[in-house]
Amino acid sequence: MSSRQFAIQFTVNGQSARVEAPPLKRLLDVLREDLGLTGTKEGCGEGECGSCSVRMNGALVNSCLVPILQVEGSVVETVEGLTVDGELHPLQQAFIECGGAQCGICTPGMLVAASHLLSHTPYPTVDEIREGLAGNLCRCTGFIKIFESVISAAAKKGSQAHAR
Amino acid sequence: MRGNPESHHFIDAANLDEILALLAKEPGEWTAIAGGTEIMVAHAAGRLSAKKLINLWGVPELSNIVVTETHLSIGGGVTFNQIRHDATIIAEFPLLAQAASWIGSIANQSRATIAGNIVNGSPAADAPPALLVYDAEIELISHKGTRRLAYSDFHTGYKQSLLLSSELVLAIHLPRHHEQQIKYLRKVGTRRAMAITKVALAGTASSVHHAITRIRIAAASVADRPLRLIATEAALLNEPLNESTLSRARKALWSEVRPIDDLRSTAEYRKQVIANLLDEFLTQIARSSPS
Ligand SMILES: Cc1cc2nc3c(=O)[nH]c(=O)nc-3n(C[C@@H](O)[C@@H](O)[C@H](O)COP(=O)(O)OP(=O)(O)OC[C@H]3O[C@@H](n4cnc5c(N)ncnc54)[C@H](O)[C@@H]3O)c2cc1C
Ligand code: FES
Ligand code: FES
Repeated sequence: MSSRQFAIQFTVNGQSARVEAPPLKRLLDVLREDLGLTGTKEGCGEGECGSCSVRMNGALVNSCLVPILQVEGSVVETVEGLTVDGELHPLQQAFIECGGAQCGICTPGMLVAASHLLSHTPYPTVDEIREGLAGNLCRCTGFIKIFESVISAAAKKGSQAHAR
Repeated sequence: MRGNPESHHFIDAANLDEILALLAKEPGEWTAIAGGTEIMVAHAAGRLSAKKLINLWGVPELSNIVVTETHLSIGGGVTFNQIRHDATIIAEFPLLAQAASWIGSIANQSRATIAGNIVNGSPAADAPPALLVYDAEIELISHKGTRRLAYSDFHTGYKQSLLLSSELVLAIHLPRHHEQQIKYLRKVGTRRAMAITKVALAGTASSVHHAITRIRIAAASVADRPLRLIATEAALLNEPLNESTLSRARKALWSEVRPIDDLRSTAEYRKQVIANLLDEFLTQIARSSPS
């Protein structure tokens, strides 16, 4: 396998993708540059801020730290996959209603991390939300409105997130 | 400056044997990438000097947690997410499950591996103190076979270890103790999540009539490597928990830690805090000791 170009196949938001890229190229850059999926943002580029969060085989990962070679055959979900047939995901709706987004740079990562949390903990406590989003930094909202958005989205699904 | 992905050769071998053969054939030439949470950060900052990289992520021989009658074995490629959710680890090695839950964020834990944490060799790493108090053994593999060492001997200096360039960490083995143990773990950092440890202490102990019959203590960020506190343990073993024992233990502790000033904290702060953590652990032993 050459160090220059490497053919890789994986699934993004339910669709098959094939790209040729240097094997060490970051998943983040492949999504943005090769596949035009610019919803995923780069903040720090070193695993600290979470703005590049995506799900890979059901796990939450920072796409800035994943070399594309390791994505071969994987199932990747990005923020673009949250909207189905033009219909916003309940989390996206809640972020709008609760003021969970201001400048918006952290928002795609917050949405992906929150959807990951709700996928295994449908009715999270505030502590669980804090832990689930601890790797996602926001310099605008002060976080409270983001937590409220997640609680609201979870509540809409039928129950209450209980504060501990 | 950001690293250029095209200036590194990065390959995926067919299996573990092929990886080991390559490490043996070109000694010191190849660097393994598992979860990449160290290597990709170095790459992002343009300080990844390794030119030849080989993939370890997803290698099946490294990916499992296996429980036998006598041991729990954690493959080198097991992630902290696997560790914190493993039922046997939660039940029998709770300090390790707890340390795993503190390593960065959820996204970090789903990629960061135990071997990467160990081999990276940071004195501040969170898994090593828990492994040290559980008497971990580390198993290394090369094209010639495997060897198994006490983990407390593995780190030999700042980012120095007994790992040869032809070797990989195959697994960590923890002997299963079935008796009740008093356990302690505390990490002191700047914030609760995503903080690199300023000082951490892990301990396990058993005691009878206020005397300690078995004790293990280990610490992070108080020396050039993760440290088991042998002299402190010796000052406490088979001693009654009274003032004079406590003062001897503190002296022993200060004789064996070598904290430094760095951008996260000062030597003086670390020296005080590690002693406070020891006090807290010993108070906990005194409280839980059946008299
Ligand atoms: C944002 C962020 C927060 C973090 N927070 C913490 C924290 O709170 N506490 C903490 O302890 N750590 C923390 N870390 C570091 C932690 O993620 C790493 O130490 C991790 O465990 C390394 O594992 P990896 O698989 O990602 O390593 P990699 O980056 O893949 O590799 C690291 C080193 O280990 C070697 N290696 C990997 N696997 C093997 C093997 N099987 N055999 C031999 N060598 C091997 C590699 O060659 C390389 O030299 C953090 C990192 C980031 C980016
Ligand atoms: S850009 Fe990936 S974590 Fe900040
Ligand atoms: S909305 Fe601006 S960083 Fe979060």
